[in-house]
Amino acid sequence: MGVTNESVLCYDYYSESGGVMRIKTHPILTFQQKEIIIFNYNGQQVHGQEGDTIAAALHALGIKGLSKSIKNKRPRGFFCAIGNCSSCQMTVNGVPNVKTCITKLEPGMVVTSEEGLGVLK
Amino acid sequence: MIERDLIIIGGGPAGLSASRVALEAGLKVTIFERGLALGGQLIKQTHKFFGSKEQHAKTRGIDIASKLSQNLIPYADHLDIQLKATVLAIYKDYVVTVLKNEQYFKYKAKAIIVAAGASEKMLGFINNDLPGVYGAGAVQTLMNLYGVIPGKEIVMVGSGNIGLIVSYQLIQAGVRVKALVEAAPTIGGYKVHAAKLRRLGVPILTSTTIKEAVGDGTVEKAILVSLDQNWQMIEGSEQTIYADAITIAVGLLPLHQLLSMVEIDMRYVPELGGLVPVTNDNLETSMKNVFIAGDVSGIEEASSAMVEGSLAGLQAAKALGFPHPDHERLVETYQNQLRVLRQGPTGEKTRNGIRKLREGSLC
Repeated sequence: MGVTNESVLCYDYYSESGGVMRIKTHPILTFQQKEIIIFNYNGQQVHGQEGDTIAAALHALGIKGLSKSIKNKRPRGFFCAIGNCSSCQMTVNGVPNVKTCITKLEPGMVVTSEEGLGVLK
Repeated sequence: MIERDLIIIGGGPAGLSASRVALEAGLKVTIFERGLALGGQLIKQTHKFFGSKEQHAKTRGIDIASKLSQNLIPYADHLDIQLKATVLAIYKDYVVTVLKNEQYFKYKAKAIIVAAGASEKMLGFINNDLPGVYGAGAVQTLMNLYGVIPGKEIVMVGSGNIGLIVSYQLIQAGVRVKALVEAAPTIGGYKVHAAKLRRLGVPILTSTTIKEAVGDGTVEKAILVSLDQNWQMIEGSEQTIYADAITIAVGLLPLHQLLSMVEIDMRYVPELGGLVPVTNDNLETSMKNVFIAGDVSGIEEASSAMVEGSLAGLQAAKALGFPHPDHERLVETYQNQLRVLRQGPTGEKTRNGIRKLREGSLC
């Protein structure tokens, strides 16, 4: 890894589950350990898996609060997970208001929580 | 401007079924799907379907989704599938605008089928915007598609079939369902689903609702409250349940926005889930050659969405002068299937809704 400031969020990856919230066994579905994707979340280096959306990868790490509401700065997480409700929006690679629940995670993505309306850079 | 015979908005059970018959009839079809894959909400449905064989009963939703997509493979030459493509608007001159990869595209269609589906209803309670409060469908997506649980302990609100089925799927994924609450005095969904939960020891609390979500940044507990006969909260009946997620399963709303924007005649019909377009027997709206299918026409199950999709596809093909070689027979077959799906006590709400839709006054 070569990360100097190894975060707590990485811990579960090393304990082979790939995230605290990942399903390990399931009576109907099989979830194989897929290729690990490294990305940046609010300045920390974290991990997701191939096939994750950004929101799913963050959830797997136990991160539910994704951004803050525009006016009252209340914490926001996703609600619908299918791109309807806009509650999951974050800034991704500098682009604000990306629906993270329907955006596939890619290696090296820089994902940051939003406060306010988001600004196009 | 990209010109196509038929544009289908939504790649779920309705949209895929519509494409198949329209392609069979010889149309050139484009499907716009906002998500990452075709199949709509079927791709997260691990349960086996009820009903009859024509609508894939006894098959799991995830397997129906792949069947519907595979049905299109022989027609690849005439089919254009656009994933991660959000339709922004329909215009009166049949222009359809689309956002894909942050680029704006203009299409022009001879006919349009809107099969956009539905969105989940929200419920009013204190702190209902706290992260950790999810729609039941969202929880299904997270678990069954991405293999991630929404929490370790959960409270489910709503005992319709979705609330019951998703509770069972949460248990399959290793989550503890600490309570299932229902505001009505009786369980809403099929008893067979409720019985499965009861056998697993899930408390089903009727005449109960959620009053408040509590937590610092994310859900830590849910405060439940009992309701009297007039649906009023009974003071002093509050109970606190420790849970790190709350799931809302209180129904769905048809995604009507694209239709409302182009001033298609709409009516508010509570039995159908909300604002729905007025249609004729051909599922055609007040705008010529604009058809609808699936939850947009009123909330039902995937089975009826598939049948409506096929009907809309057949009628769109006929309207454009490419009637399916088997048009008459197929229309009769599908209309019969819809009648069967909507008969009996479980179909009563939909039957009443459709009657109101056709008889009521315009919004």
